[in-house]
Amino acid sequence: MLDDLDRRILRNMQGDPDMSIPDLADHLGLTTSRLSRRIDKLRETGVLRGQQAVIDWRALGFAVEVSLRITLDKTQTRAFDEFIDAAREIAEVIEIQTFLGRVDVRLSVIARDMAHYQDIYRSQILTLPHINDIEALMHVARIKADESLPI
Amino acid sequence: MIDIDGIDHQILRALSRDATQSASALGRRFGLSQPATWRRIKRLQDAGIIAGRKLDLDKEKLGFGVTVFLGVKLATKGRVSLEDFERAVSAIPEVQTVEHVLGMYDYRLRVTARDIADFERVLRRRIMTLPGAGDVEANVLLTEERRPGPLGGG
Repeated sequence: MLDDLDRRILRNMQGDPDMSIPDLADHLGLTTSRLSRRIDKLRETGVLRGQQAVIDWRALGFAVEVSLRITLDKTQTRAFDEFIDAAREIAEVIEIQTFLGRVDVRLSVIARDMAHYQDIYRSQILTLPHINDIEALMHVARIKADESLPI
Repeated sequence: MIDIDGIDHQILRALSRDATQSASALGRRFGLSQPATWRRIKRLQDAGIIAGRKLDLDKEKLGFGVTVFLGVKLATKGRVSLEDFERAVSAIPEVQTVEHVLGMYDYRLRVTARDIADFERVLRRRIMTLPGAGDVEANVLLTEERRPGPLGGG
């Protein structure tokens, strides 16, 4: 089980993932070796799975981001699997989520500009299997993006 | 915009899977020296392409069993200030992301909660009471998968 110290460690690492272990130990009033042991344990128990670089697709030249909310034809028993397998083949799809609710699947699609988006939408999205309906939300701005958990 | 080649793409792909890999380990994989790899990573960071790193935490093990996406429509557009809404919604700890969108909704929120009862509490006490919040649509997340994106083959 996690104790308060584990939570403090995770909270601080989440807030500033670039902080070095010695700096973090200093900040928390721990010795470096004690902190390292704690972090190793969080890794072993699978609470801390790793660290990933965050790519800013806009900075890479992908100015357009669209959220496609899709309902599928559920009379087809393999609709979800076949749809998702096909969506994975589209390079510009950066996120695939499934839901319980009015929406079945959401795809995050990025494109260099609107013409590029139109091309992806027509030639790759609309040809995906078992689509019943699609709604698009065009991304304007990311107000909060850290995805922190309130640990 | 800086020029990005195939090796940069491979470095981005590798770091977006595991950001703890050292420049020398990555360099060995892509046939580059440690300093050359480090310079490439530095350049991607300076250009803002690598925007930072984030922890990959097992949210279930931390007790957050439910993730809900909310589409929020502002009730009286023009009369509520977007800034006020954005500031208030961003301050809610359970709200993990806030995106301003165009379409059926004005904002898309990612909300985490311990369970459905906890989610209901957040929804009623914090989201529905936001200045200007109108229609809210909730979809409970079942699975999610991040894809590598258009970073070449391999």
